[in-house]
Amino acid sequence: MSLTRPQVEGIAHLARLQITEAELPVYVDSLSKILSFVEQLSAVDTGSVEPMAHPLEGESQRLRADDATETDRREKYQANAPSVSGALYIVPRVIE
Amino acid sequence: MSLHTLSVAELSAGLARKDYSAVELTQHFLDRISLSNPVLNAYVTITAERALADARAADASRAAGTAGVLTGIPVAQKDIFCTDGIRTTCGSRMLDNFVAPYDSTVVERLSAAGTVLLGKTNMDEFAMGSSNETSWYGPVRNPWDHSKVPGGSSGGSAAVVAARLAPVATGTDTGGSIRQPAALVGISGIKPTYGRVSRYGMIAFASSLDQAGIMAPSAADCALFLQTIAGFDPRDSTSVERPVADYAAELTTPVKGLRIGIVKEFFERGLEGPTGALVNAVLEQYRALGAELVEVSCPSLPLSVPTYYVVAPAECSSNLSRFDGVRFGHRCENPRDLMDLYKRSRGEGFGAEVKRRIMTGTYVLSAGYYDAYYLKAQKVRSLITAEFKAAFTKVDLLIGPTSPTPAFDLGAKVDDPITMYLNDIYTIGANLAGLPAMSIPCGFDGHLPVGVQLIGPHFGESRLLSAAHAYQSVTDFHRRIPAAYV
Repeated sequence: MSLTRPQVEGIAHLARLQITEAELPVYVDSLSKILSFVEQLSAVDTGSVEPMAHPLEGESQRLRADDATETDRREKYQANAPSVSGALYIVPRVIE
Repeated sequence: MSLHTLSVAELSAGLARKDYSAVELTQHFLDRISLSNPVLNAYVTITAERALADARAADASRAAGTAGVLTGIPVAQKDIFCTDGIRTTCGSRMLDNFVAPYDSTVVERLSAAGTVLLGKTNMDEFAMGSSNETSWYGPVRNPWDHSKVPGGSSGGSAAVVAARLAPVATGTDTGGSIRQPAALVGISGIKPTYGRVSRYGMIAFASSLDQAGIMAPSAADCALFLQTIAGFDPRDSTSVERPVADYAAELTTPVKGLRIGIVKEFFERGLEGPTGALVNAVLEQYRALGAELVEVSCPSLPLSVPTYYVVAPAECSSNLSRFDGVRFGHRCENPRDLMDLYKRSRGEGFGAEVKRRIMTGTYVLSAGYYDAYYLKAQKVRSLITAEFKAAFTKVDLLIGPTSPTPAFDLGAKVDDPITMYLNDIYTIGANLAGLPAMSIPCGFDGHLPVGVQLIGPHFGESRLLSAAHAYQSVTDFHRRIPAAYV
């Protein structure tokens, strides 16, 4: 399995990662190697095997009652934001 | 005074007898940290003021007669656990200035038990690594040999315990991140069953694999701390509602009659040299203690690493999408537009290995590839889990090495991801199947420690701990301290 430069650029775009010109060949090489390495799974006979849905047999994702239990901690949470204005998170203009 | 050589139980007894106060004990460790951390780089944040405040509160609680067994015992937290009001970096530039707005359940429970927070430990970035070299804060050095890695991702926690800069530390284990570093620095480390310890406030890497645990010199120390952090938490939807065993009380369960499975696949490939010989000596020790050794086979186990390197990156690419440069974390300078903000913030905030895994995960989850990669890997995972389950119908525990080699040189494997990934060849199986597993020291290859791994059935922590304790009752590898840190 060998990925091309444009493929890796496409993956980086999907992942919303800026990759520099210098980094790109490194990722082309290492991602190709990783995909070749995991390729061995395709040879495994998994015909009637169910894919794992939960590491513990019989367990499933627990749902809680739809009750509001959190208190309002907006100011504390927003203290970590790079840019805020009042209750808003500030980002570059989206609509021209 | 050599308070740092005492076990948790001994420290607890000393505090109860008032041989020393929690403040004195804490100051002893803070002094050791000041002296050695500049070399080891094992703590990212040292919370000296908080530690002394915790210690004063512990002494007050002792005076008031409300102290518990862990009241006043210092602990180091892996910097993946959110600590209210304290910087929580996860070893990443992305979170370099992130001050957690709440405590993780692990931190909350240890605080409620009266423990003293010494600081936050260095780690591979977002727990992705096996050498602690992917940290934004630089590598941690192995206390046994400063030119070697301490393992990872819980490398800082491993090093602080090995160098006795903390009696105990927390860790997390997604593919071996507690056990492999524990082995490489000569301490004990337990990864509990998936869902046994709450992950609320523990920064997510791969949600079907991540689990929190304890790293300490001995199994007895691990038992006391695991007792406090284990148990149901409604705030973690993967937390299991099931009673917690009394690990300390069951610690002395004898090994006589215990059926231990020697996993054939662990011993047939690439286990040459001293590690293999040392692990074989452990088998003899268990035989001498009265255990019955049985060979078992898990034929799909050699597929663990490729399975993991589909599942873990896929889940990481999803989990790490939350780092968008908008609500918290690193934001690039002068973004042109929203897309530029996302891409540059993430491109600058994440290190090379994290980006590699996000991209691997993005690829295997992308349209047209999901069935071939993720679904296929989850099927192989079912095979591996079923083989473990079949093995546990014949035996009580499984045994094998923890890591193929002792600690390797800093820089030796950084340019070759596949070689680095193969460090976890023996540990990943337990994560894929959600099983509890632990590594304990079993000897030395030259001057470097070697670990042996025990794997239990789901919720078999008590049996793991008692088997480890039985071994540690007749050996002293877990008491060895690197000469520079005695």
